[in-house]
Amino acid sequence: MIPGVSIYEILTVTTLLFFIGIYGFVTRKNLISILLSVELMLNAVAVNFVVINKYLYPDMLQGVYFSVFIIAVAAAETALAISIIINLYRLATSVEVKATETMKY
Amino acid sequence: MDFSSLLLMRHEFVLTAILLLMIVGEIFVSEKNKKNLVFLGIILFAIHTAIGLLPLADGTLFGGMFKTTILTHFFKSVLNIGVLILLLQSGDWLRDKVAGQQKASEFFILIFSSLLGLYFMISAGDFLMFYIGLELSTLPITALAAYESLKQKSSESGVKLILSAALASGTSLFGITMMYATSGSLFFDAMTITASNLTILGFLMFFAGLAFKISLAPFHFWTADVYEGAPISVASYLSVISKGAAAFVLMILLFTLFRPLESIWINLMYGIALLTMFIGNLFAIRQQNLKRFLAFSSIAQAGFILLGLLSVDKLGATTIIYFIMIYVFSNLGAFGVVQAISNATGKENIDDYDGLYRTNPKLSLVMLLALFSLAGIPPVAGFFGKFFLFMAAASQGYYLLVFIGVVNVTIALYYYLLVVRAMFLRKSENSIPHFNSKPMMRLGLIITVLGILSLGLYSPLYEYIFEISNSIFKL
Repeated sequence: MIPGVSIYEILTVTTLLFFIGIYGFVTRKNLISILLSVELMLNAVAVNFVVINKYLYPDMLQGVYFSVFIIAVAAAETALAISIIINLYRLATSVEVKATETMKY
Repeated sequence: MDFSSLLLMRHEFVLTAILLLMIVGEIFVSEKNKKNLVFLGIILFAIHTAIGLLPLADGTLFGGMFKTTILTHFFKSVLNIGVLILLLQSGDWLRDKVAGQQKASEFFILIFSSLLGLYFMISAGDFLMFYIGLELSTLPITALAAYESLKQKSSESGVKLILSAALASGTSLFGITMMYATSGSLFFDAMTITASNLTILGFLMFFAGLAFKISLAPFHFWTADVYEGAPISVASYLSVISKGAAAFVLMILLFTLFRPLESIWINLMYGIALLTMFIGNLFAIRQQNLKRFLAFSSIAQAGFILLGLLSVDKLGATTIIYFIMIYVFSNLGAFGVVQAISNATGKENIDDYDGLYRTNPKLSLVMLLALFSLAGIPPVAGFFGKFFLFMAAASQGYYLLVFIGVVNVTIALYYYLLVVRAMFLRKSENSIPHFNSKPMMRLGLIITVLGILSLGLYSPLYEYIFEISNSIFKL
C-alpha cells in the first residue's frame, strides 16, 4: 500500500500501459519494437496483480506469486523470440516486418 | 508424509522421465548413433501411451491446483495416441533428414515438453497452473515452428507464432486480473463468478487467449501462415493436439467455472461459431498449398466444435470429446499423406496431386478416407462426430444454426472434393512418380485408417464417454 495513492490511480496507469502495449504491437514496423510492446503488456499485468492483491485481498499472496511467474515466463518468451528473430536476420538480413511477408493470404 | 498421492500425476511423471532421458541421450550418445535416438524416443513414448491407458484414481493435489478426474485421464490418453501417431509419421523425416544435422532429439524434447504443458493445462485447478501449462505448451512449439533454421519461411512462421501467442497470453492475463479483482481468488473452486461488468470484460479478454489457441474466427490470422512455414509434423501437432486440448479446456471452463455467465457466453459462442465456419470454409476454397488448405479446414472444424458448447449438459460434453477424438484421427491421416508426399518429392500443391491415384493408389485412398471423414460422409467416423454435434445443438432448439452448419458442411464437401478430383479424375503428364512409404510412416497411416473406419461404428466408446462425462459437473 502506498499512502495517499488509491487503487484507482494505479489501475489507471496499468491499464494505460497495457493499451500502449497493444497500440505499439499494432503500429510498430520493427520486430524488436513489437517484442518490447508485448513486454509492456506483460509488465502491466504483473503490476496489476500485485496492486489488486495488496489493496483488495491483503491476507493472501496469490496475486504476488502470479506476478513472479509472469516475470519468469516473460523472460523465457523474450529469449525465445529474440533467438528466432536473430535466425530470421541471418536469412533475410532484416528485422523489419516487411521481411516476414513471403507468406500472405 | 505420504507420497502415494503423487501417483495421481502419473502421466506427467512418466513423460518428464522420458524427457530427461532424451536429454541425457542427446548428451552421451555419439554422433554416429544419434539416428537411433529417434527409435528410442518413439518406443519410449509408445510405452508411455500404454502405461497411460491403465486406470487412475480421481483426486486433487497441491491444495486444489492440480485435479485429475476420469475424464481428464481419458483425454490425456487420446492426446497420447495422437502424438504417438504423429511421431510415427514424422519418424522417417527425423531419421533421414534431421538426424544428420544433429537436431533429432531436440524435436522429441520440445514436443514432449509441449505435451507436458497440455497435461497441466487440462488438469489445472487454478489460473496459475492454467497459465503455466498454456505457456509451457506454446513456447516449445514456437521453437519447433522455427525448427528448419535454414529456411526463411520456417523462421517467419516462428516469429509470427511467438509474437501473436505473446499478445494473446498477455490479453488473457489481463482478463484474469479483472476476474481476480472481482472474485478474490485464483482457484476455480473458490471463485464466485457473478455477472458484473468487470467480470464479463475479464471473461471476454480471457476467452480471446484461448480462442487464439483454438484459432477461432477473429483470432485465426496466424494459423495459415504458421502452418505453411512450419515443418508439417509441427503444423499437424498445432492443428490436432494443441487445438484439441485447448477446445477441451474451453469446454470444461465454460461448463463449470463460467456457468453463472451462461446467458452471455451462449450468444458469444453462437456468433463465433457462425463466423468461424464461414471464414474457414470460404477461405479454404481459394487455397492452392495443401498446408494452408488444411489450416483453413481446421479453422472450420473448430467452428463445428463450438456447436457442441451450446448444449450445456452431458450431451454437449460427450459430443465435443467424441468429435475431437475422431478429428484427431482424420486430420492426422490427411497431414500424414501430405507429409509422406512432401518428404518423397517436396511437392505440396493441390495441382501436384493430379493423377496421384494412378501412381500411388494406396496413399490416395488414405487421403480419400481422411478427407471424407473431415467432410462427414456417412460410412466413416467423421459423419457420426458431426451428426452428434448437430444433435447437441438441435436439442437446445438452435435449428437455424444447425441449418447453417449443414450448409457449411456442403461448402466444405466442395473443397475437399477438389482434392479428391485432382487425385482420382485428373490426368497429368508429370504426376508424382510411384514411391514406397517408409515402414514407420506406413504404420502411422494404418493406425489412422483403422481409427477412421472403426471409431464411428464402435458405439460402446460413445456410451463410455457419455458415462464418464458426468465427472465434469462434479469438478
